[in-house]
Amino acid sequence: MTNREIILGRIREALKAPAPHPAFLELGRADLPVGLDARQRVPATAQKWLPPVGQATAEQIDLFRQNAEALKAEFRACANVNEAIQHAKNLAAAGGWKKIGRHRGELTDSVARELGLVEVQTDQGYAVDDLEGCDAGLTECETLVAQTGSVLVSAPGSGGRALSILPPHHVVLARRNQMVPDLSAALQRVQEKFKGKFPSFMSFISGPSRTGDIERILVLGAHGPKKLTILLLP
Amino acid sequence: MNAHAKEFNESARRYTADLHHRDWIQKALSGYYAKRDEFKNRFQSWSGARDLAAETKWEAINHLDRYLDEFVSKLEARGTKVFWAPDAQAARDYIVGVAKQHQVRAVIKSKSMTAEEIHLNDALAQAGFEVAESDLGEYIVQLREEPPYHLVFPAMHLTRQQISDLFHDKLGSEPTNNPEDLTMVARRVMRRKYCKAEMGISGANFAIAETGMISITENEGNARLTTSLPKIHVALVGIEKVLPRLSDLALFLPMLATAGAGQSITCYNTLYGGPRQPGEPDGPEEFHVVLLDNRRTELLADAEQRDALHCIRCGACLNVCPIFKNVGGHSYGTTYQGPIGSVITPHLRGLQDWKHLSQASSLCGACTEACPVKINLHHHLLHNRRNAVRARPALLEKLIQFGFARMMCHPALYQFASRVGRLAQPLQRWLGGTILDPVRAWTKTRSFPPLAKRSFHELWRERKVS
Amino acid sequence: MKITLFIPCFVDQFYPQVGMSIVHVLERLGHTVDYPEAQTCCGQPPFNAGFWDEARAVAERQMAIFRDAESVVIASGSCATMVRVFYPELFHQHPREAEARALAAKTFEFSDFLVNRLGVLDVGARFAGRATFHDGCHGLRELGSKKAPRQLLQHVKGLELVEMTEAETCCGFGGTFAVKFPMISTAMGEIKCASIAGTGADYVVSNDSSCLMQIRGVLDRQGKSIKTLHLAEVLAQT
Repeated sequence: MTNREIILGRIREALKAPAPHPAFLELGRADLPVGLDARQRVPATAQKWLPPVGQATAEQIDLFRQNAEALKAEFRACANVNEAIQHAKNLAAAGGWKKIGRHRGELTDSVARELGLVEVQTDQGYAVDDLEGCDAGLTECETLVAQTGSVLVSAPGSGGRALSILPPHHVVLARRNQMVPDLSAALQRVQEKFKGKFPSFMSFISGPSRTGDIERILVLGAHGPKKLTILLLP
Repeated sequence: MNAHAKEFNESARRYTADLHHRDWIQKALSGYYAKRDEFKNRFQSWSGARDLAAETKWEAINHLDRYLDEFVSKLEARGTKVFWAPDAQAARDYIVGVAKQHQVRAVIKSKSMTAEEIHLNDALAQAGFEVAESDLGEYIVQLREEPPYHLVFPAMHLTRQQISDLFHDKLGSEPTNNPEDLTMVARRVMRRKYCKAEMGISGANFAIAETGMISITENEGNARLTTSLPKIHVALVGIEKVLPRLSDLALFLPMLATAGAGQSITCYNTLYGGPRQPGEPDGPEEFHVVLLDNRRTELLADAEQRDALHCIRCGACLNVCPIFKNVGGHSYGTTYQGPIGSVITPHLRGLQDWKHLSQASSLCGACTEACPVKINLHHHLLHNRRNAVRARPALLEKLIQFGFARMMCHPALYQFASRVGRLAQPLQRWLGGTILDPVRAWTKTRSFPPLAKRSFHELWRERKVS
Repeated sequence: MKITLFIPCFVDQFYPQVGMSIVHVLERLGHTVDYPEAQTCCGQPPFNAGFWDEARAVAERQMAIFRDAESVVIASGSCATMVRVFYPELFHQHPREAEARALAAKTFEFSDFLVNRLGVLDVGARFAGRATFHDGCHGLRELGSKKAPRQLLQHVKGLELVEMTEAETCCGFGGTFAVKFPMISTAMGEIKCASIAGTGADYVVSNDSSCLMQIRGVLDRQGKSIKTLHLAEVLAQT
């Protein structure tokens, strides 16, 4: 017998004794639309209980701003790409950036070009020590999540796994139409986009890296970036 | 009393008498309580969310074979190597084997209670591999050579002074009482290790069946680094971590963060679905998922307590448990502390050896109230007590309980005992606190009330007459 | 209404005045009170220790004694829990399960009975003093009674009710836990008494005499003069 057969065998044997469905749960919730399969039922129900999010983009952007700032991320809605470039230049000057990591992309190309710094482009691979020496990492993203103030990055969409975690300052460039109301919508969006051929890595980033392990005192920049900046373009 | 029970009692005695520890833990948790309540209140209905979470885990665990199979076939379709580990030894052997096969020298690890459970670090060290714990709290207790104090906050019992002294002793760093400086010490040490290690080992918070992914929740970013740079990633996953669908995370990630840490959402929630895919700039060449049983199927077979496998390891029950707060995480002497630990350890490590954890509870029910997936924790402590007695009743206690039942079934006996008690009452004044005092365990620290001159039975009878 | 009293064994032996207070309050409200004298104990001690066969034997006796009662009122949250929550479990798939459920359905803890069954908030009580209320865990979490005791106390003329921090934290009694793990039980008791003392109240009131036994025990050794009273004793005062 293979290990798989051993374990599955144990499970099937164990499940012969039925566990009562918890008494406190109402079966067949009457208040859900008919014809929902389980995949839709859970998010539809979850939306009723999780913190509420408005439907209008402007409301969502506002909520995103509130949540991201509460998480100590910097958020800036830019009227156009020039504003974003100017802000990036200010960050570079304030941080004394000499070298940045980034990937190729419509937004990252426009901004990185104007910064004129030494670059480590990760798209075709990179040397770890090179990336480790970068002052900032510039990436795009999959979506922004209003409900939690989170950025969803992926390996193909954000220059790999390490670019958004290794350099001490992570700068995200996103467009308005990437804003989604909640985690359900974000997950739905990636399911629709990738249609089963998912990247090997996706991550919800909610603020700069942090720890409370020393006397429960919040310290930013534990292992990941100490600073997170999100620039929203139209 | 077995050795584990003795150790528990000794440790509990020390910690409960330590007033500094008592205050420290209370202080450590007070911020958590406030934040937890703040974020719970943002939910339109925390209670509705708990019901849905409980139902989702019920679905997953009661169809575990189906969901595990789906999980594994999705993983394998994209190049992940899956190992089914029936027990701890098999899991250890496999992981050590992978390290040997790839001539790994340095291993970096992110936080995994499952790895603690199987003593993976010891096995790797014995096989000659250097293992670094990257999570700050785990790193600290690793340096101190002690187990984690709490399953979510491993170093919550330590002061910054103790941590500074530790870093100074073991790392030669400058003493400091600034938490940020101390964190930067660990950050610098770890960065070298991430960049050099050939193998990264992680746990997983959830295993998503629908899409064949594991989900890892963390605040520091060390798990992301552990799984990005080394060329091999091994994830150790208990079989009970399964969730049916990707969309289930929309509910579980906020609940885990709020119940577990008093956060709206944890800093990094990352989904891993395979080794580096074609076109991806980086990531491990090999991704191994080790699925661990290690007697979880025995708990699964206990239909009454099966819901204990719904646990999402948030630690909320520890944070509200008055026993945990007074005896401290180390007193439990086993991987999983607090109420959930007291419920599952008898199943995972033996009922007779670990029943004392189920007995050391006032059954207040705060744990059950706090559990985001509504596990019937405190009732399971009662079930463990019943099972332990059924399997092996202690003779003396059996006699006492038998006598008690006899007395309570026969009012005449009860009334007789009541009268004898009153006659013997004056003796209490002399015997109280001495070795002959039957309630010495009480009277050592608390006053014991005298029997009323007339019982309610007698007062009622008098009343009837008059 | 004819109300049948179930007086827990330790209330019978140590705090009979609590039972008498309940009688006075119910009679003051115009009801007839009955007390089947053959009753002894709900069976909680063997049940908590895991001796369910012995607990069942005791429970069966009480089920017979209370079979014809209309409403049963118990002076303690933990004993009310034993009957309402655990008798059905003890007799699950047992020939007498229906009987156990029937008794569970008609048994109530005292404050729950007054407020939720009789619909009474003001029992005409008068008590001058500053008091704080300790929630016994069984009443609070198993029976869901948080508001009822406080509503009753708020209607007592002359009573000033103050809340302690951690009103809902266990006092540490827990049945045999108190003597099997005395060091933990005492630590929990000390924390509870610190909360109580922090209110500046002269009285601590609870709906569970076992909690009051624990709290009194610790307060006495601390030399504190705060008095312990059962809810029924306060409500009986006029």
